[in-house]
Amino acid sequence: MAEKILMKGNEAIAYGAIRCGCDGYFGYPITPQSEVMETLMVEKPWETTGMVVLQAESETSSINMLYGGACTGKKVMTSSSSPGISLMCEGLTYLAGAELPCLVVNVMRGGPGLGTIQPSQSDYFQCVKGGGHGDYHMIILAPASAQDMYDFVDEAFNLAFKYRNPAMILSDGVIGQMMEKVEMRPMKPRRTTEELLAECGSWALTGKTPDRKRNLITSLALEPHIMEAHNQKLQAKYREIEANEVRYSTYKAEDAEHLIVAYGSVYRICESVVDMAREKGIKVGILRPITLYPYPEKELDALVPQMKSILTVEMSAGQMVEDVRRIANGRVPVNFYGRFGGSIPSPEEILEALENYIK
Amino acid sequence: MDIKDIIKPENKVYGKTPLLTDAVMHYCPGCTHGVVHKIIAEVIEEMGIQDKTIGISPVGCAVLAYNYIDIDWEQSAHGRAPALATATKRLNPEKYVFTYQGDGDLASIGCGEVMHACNRGENIVIIFINNAIYGMTGGQMAPTTLLGQVTATTPYGRRADLNGYPMKITEIVAQLEGTCYVTRQSAQNPAAVRKAKKAIRKAFENSMMNKGTSFVEIVSTCNSGWKLTPVKANKWMEENMFPFYQLGDIKDR
Amino acid sequence: MKEEIIIAGFGGQGVLSMGKIIAYSGIMQDMEVTWMPSYGPEMRGGTANVTVIVSENKISSPILSKCDTAIILNQQSMDKFENMVKPGGLLIYDPNGITRHPERKDINICSIEAAEESAIMGNTKAFNMIVFGAFLKKKPILTMENVIKGIKKSIPERHHHLIPMNEQAIMVGMEKVKDIQTIQ
Repeated sequence: MAEKILMKGNEAIAYGAIRCGCDGYFGYPITPQSEVMETLMVEKPWETTGMVVLQAESETSSINMLYGGACTGKKVMTSSSSPGISLMCEGLTYLAGAELPCLVVNVMRGGPGLGTIQPSQSDYFQCVKGGGHGDYHMIILAPASAQDMYDFVDEAFNLAFKYRNPAMILSDGVIGQMMEKVEMRPMKPRRTTEELLAECGSWALTGKTPDRKRNLITSLALEPHIMEAHNQKLQAKYREIEANEVRYSTYKAEDAEHLIVAYGSVYRICESVVDMAREKGIKVGILRPITLYPYPEKELDALVPQMKSILTVEMSAGQMVEDVRRIANGRVPVNFYGRFGGSIPSPEEILEALENYIK
Repeated sequence: MDIKDIIKPENKVYGKTPLLTDAVMHYCPGCTHGVVHKIIAEVIEEMGIQDKTIGISPVGCAVLAYNYIDIDWEQSAHGRAPALATATKRLNPEKYVFTYQGDGDLASIGCGEVMHACNRGENIVIIFINNAIYGMTGGQMAPTTLLGQVTATTPYGRRADLNGYPMKITEIVAQLEGTCYVTRQSAQNPAAVRKAKKAIRKAFENSMMNKGTSFVEIVSTCNSGWKLTPVKANKWMEENMFPFYQLGDIKDR
Repeated sequence: MKEEIIIAGFGGQGVLSMGKIIAYSGIMQDMEVTWMPSYGPEMRGGTANVTVIVSENKISSPILSKCDTAIILNQQSMDKFENMVKPGGLLIYDPNGITRHPERKDINICSIEAAEESAIMGNTKAFNMIVFGAFLKKKPILTMENVIKGIKKSIPERHHHLIPMNEQAIMVGMEKVKDIQTIQ
């Protein structure tokens, strides 16, 4: 078995990137995720795998560097935290519009505004529902451990390239800053020029040769009928992603009478809540969405009939709960417990909220 | 001489480079963009680097530059082309990468990106079209608009107390250690076109020598925005733009 | 076995690195671990704290509202964390700079004069390992062999010559820890 190393979630992102064959990282420091770029700079992957690492002058610039790198079919990524992601939203909608694969890591902190550097999940609306203008989606993975942080880098790149779409790892300050054991997966080399041409040659900017027409990456189509057709193509792609790429897990949901829905670090906290509740004889289980887009709609829908109530727990004022209520569609009460602005809920207070709702 | 004689191959004195596509340009008659596109296409053809060149188009009139030069293109968000070029070049050092940007795109909204790409000395070419006005959006003030110049947003002429001063971004960029070649050219007559072409070729050649960023400004006209005929626009440029935006190499190392 | 520990003190006292050594020693003993720091401005000279969980089973919540052991190294942390110790749990503190000593009657309380002992050792850097020794004496959840392995993993190789000093500091802590209050 591979050696397990104690590291922060942020460090795991960096090692996951180097070891899955990432071609380039472009970023700008912001707490609580600066360890990603710091780790990359210490590891100097340009001397080993040839991966480029560059500190940009702003988040605006980093996301546009992703655009410039992704245009050429390279595996490129950035990481930031909430205020930085707000700045990147312009770039994200261009990347989505131009159908460019890339990875953005958001280690969420509390807002609005400059907010706090402490953990939060209050960018759910921004990231899952859009953020930038226009009808688009990013594929969103929500890690709950340092190992997830490591593994989701490769997973996110695979999804991004499979669908030519930006992917995001939507994490938070708890997962970014916490150290846990991480197993280093076997090293995957960066793609060779031939492999890149085979995978992306039909669209990527690899230089116009006499045997093909010039490739163009743009999100512009001035004619409404062309832009509508492009949007229809995007929507068809999103339906395909929704049909094929849902990831989720459950915890003691089989015989549960009450369901907690939670993701990321809050999911971890809620596991403790379930164990404590079951000791008191309350049959509780959890549905953990691992992909927030596509959302585990059918999976939640199927669990609703056996439940007496649902409790959504988030480090926000109530964002994902809107999706849970939409899917539950009035069949059972959907309650909400949230802490926000950088506060983290304890297992005890969540249990108390659960007991109050169901008594 | 009969028309049939004129078009005989042996009488041909000038041919369009095949690097320019047959698409009909959307630029206004008299616009400088078409001339600069031709110069770039010729340089790429003469250097034999069609398969190694990636262009980056801006937001503004030249957003559709990708329709006219037969190479791979990426189209940037407003002002961000130097950031795109940075990553494109760093990840593909064997490629010639150039941005093509107007004064609104480069000197206003994209001021940060161009400064830092130049300061890092990215091995790219930046072509800067300065016509002292926003053409695409209908003739509003640009950072490079001259004092007293009438635009849609300075109907009384640009006033320093209200709008600040025309910005010599090219001189600013020349101060940065990362730039190796900074020059200001024009393209209003054959002599100017020849000089501009030499400058652009040099800039492309620099980008493979690991010397830093090459920056070529072309002082240009916008006869539609300036509300002048093409001939009068050229004259106005020579009389008003050239004294302030002086032509020639600012830095060459 | 599951031990939930909060370590709190000034930035620069080695709070976070002590936590890291406990976590790595836990890994060497084939246990699950989490290490969750306070982060931000307090890292730069204010108060710092870290939550470390060492467990034979999978760890769910890395966030605690109660802990088995609180290791407290300044007054602010005493005010903040004394009440987080579970009834019957353990509070270890260095009385140096403490103006209000712990008042709980339902927990075990020990003191370790780590600042003073590190001065006697002539090495203020030994401070956190003396505190760690006091903890290990009262909660022998990690073997000395695994602790040494944990230290090796936690610090850069160029500092490995300091391991004997660290080991010595742990011994000092084990020897000098004093019971202040022992409950049944």
